[in-house]
Amino acid sequence: MPAAPGPCPVDPCPMDPGQMEATLRRLAAELVARVKPEEEVVLLGIRSRGLPLAERLATLLRTTTGAQVPVGALDITLYRDDLTEMVGSPIVRPTEIPFTLKERTVVLVDDVLYTGRTVRAALDALLDHGRPRRVMLLVLADRSGRELPIQADLAGLRVEIPPGHRVAVRVKEIDGEDGVTVEAC
Amino acid sequence: MVSERYVFPHKHLLGIQPLSARDITALLDQAQAFEEVCERPNIKIVPALRKKLVVNLFFENSTRTRNSFEIAEKRLSAEIINFDADTSSLNKGETLIDTAMNLQAMHPDLIVMRHSAPGAHALLARHMKASIVNAGDGSHEHPTQALLDAYTLRKKFGRLEGLRVAIVGDIRNSRVVRSNLWLLTRMGARVTLVGPPTLVPQEMQATWPGIRISHDFDAVIPDQDAIMMLRAQFERGTGAYIPGQGEYSRFFQLNPARMKLAKKDAVVLHPGPINRGLEITSDVADGPRSLILDQVTNGVPVRMAVLYLLSHPHGEQVP
Repeated sequence: MPAAPGPCPVDPCPMDPGQMEATLRRLAAELVARVKPEEEVVLLGIRSRGLPLAERLATLLRTTTGAQVPVGALDITLYRDDLTEMVGSPIVRPTEIPFTLKERTVVLVDDVLYTGRTVRAALDALLDHGRPRRVMLLVLADRSGRELPIQADLAGLRVEIPPGHRVAVRVKEIDGEDGVTVEAC
Repeated sequence: MVSERYVFPHKHLLGIQPLSARDITALLDQAQAFEEVCERPNIKIVPALRKKLVVNLFFENSTRTRNSFEIAEKRLSAEIINFDADTSSLNKGETLIDTAMNLQAMHPDLIVMRHSAPGAHALLARHMKASIVNAGDGSHEHPTQALLDAYTLRKKFGRLEGLRVAIVGDIRNSRVVRSNLWLLTRMGARVTLVGPPTLVPQEMQATWPGIRISHDFDAVIPDQDAIMMLRAQFERGTGAYIPGQGEYSRFFQLNPARMKLAKKDAVVLHPGPINRGLEITSDVADGPRSLILDQVTNGVPVRMAVLYLLSHPHGEQVP
């Protein structure tokens, strides 16, 4: 297994399109190293930006190992712990899981892991679809600021950034370009 | 799909009339997301309305509409109270406002109401903090029926714009028609109202310019993408306007002979309950081009979408 990434050497620590591509390749390779051959792996991308990342990982897995890994889309809006306090109902996008999760190894894919609340909601959402053998979490960027005991199994980048900043991931499928930046918010 | 930043701007769903094309699109898009919940193999429940109290307030009987709302509410994890007019103090002379104030004292979040008076929902909306959903009012509006009809058509044809829809039968006494006219014309569908002259008020063209009115069902059928049959409502006075049921069926019944005039991919809708052998024959109602049971199925996610979008009050609301 390749070494885990260290703290980001620069602040703000950007990822340009080339670095993002290389990071996804490394994540795909790390994922292969982390699962046993008998495990049936499925990727679930958390909407919005987790989904294109999951699709790219599936393509990388197919080209590097020949494995056909199904990809589903998970919308966690209805499972948010702050839903009842929200002003205006957030728009729900369809969840698309056209395969069983039973006995599968589910890899949840998201762009940024921050408070952990999205992942908590995603765990609740996916368990309503079936009982997987195990669930792993893969994120492009793992930043400080956790509010729940949740951590990533695989992270492209692990970075300490102060509150009041956000890690912005852009993907070409949604934003027209790839890249990661740290911005004040 | 409506933008992620869109916020449903209405506090109540009193009718389709106040909704914009964007609001209708948002409701139908959300219904699509909720259809996935209803089609899940295992747990068909989401925690979207957890801790919210919904009151179903039915002053008129409607088993199927109420059941559909109740299933929608349960699938959203809402707390539900069913308030039946039969068993309430209304029989002891309580007014609608008294009933509303008593309900308000229990702090419900949403009230789903069916009432025979068209103004009852607006009246309730003025007196209560809760969001009001119109589940049918007299012959005025039945917005969730129009939304589920539109959802069924959009699912089948992929669009509403330019779709040719004939609405056939007792136009005069139908609340379904009025909600459908607001919705279909706003979304760019081309609507023809069909029925005997006594049951199709000509003045409807003043309210919905651009609609066509015809009394010749056979002539209208070949152009249509969808034929929406209405229930001949003899219990609501349809009989006073027509010579007899036999005469009515001869000119306005959808039967296999008339289906032969229709386009190959034309579909049949009916809001139910159907009068078999009167406005529609069983072989058409149960046939391959009938979407009547799809309408019933789609009613649940559509009502989930309505309840969901109304369940988070926000600042700049319009009625």
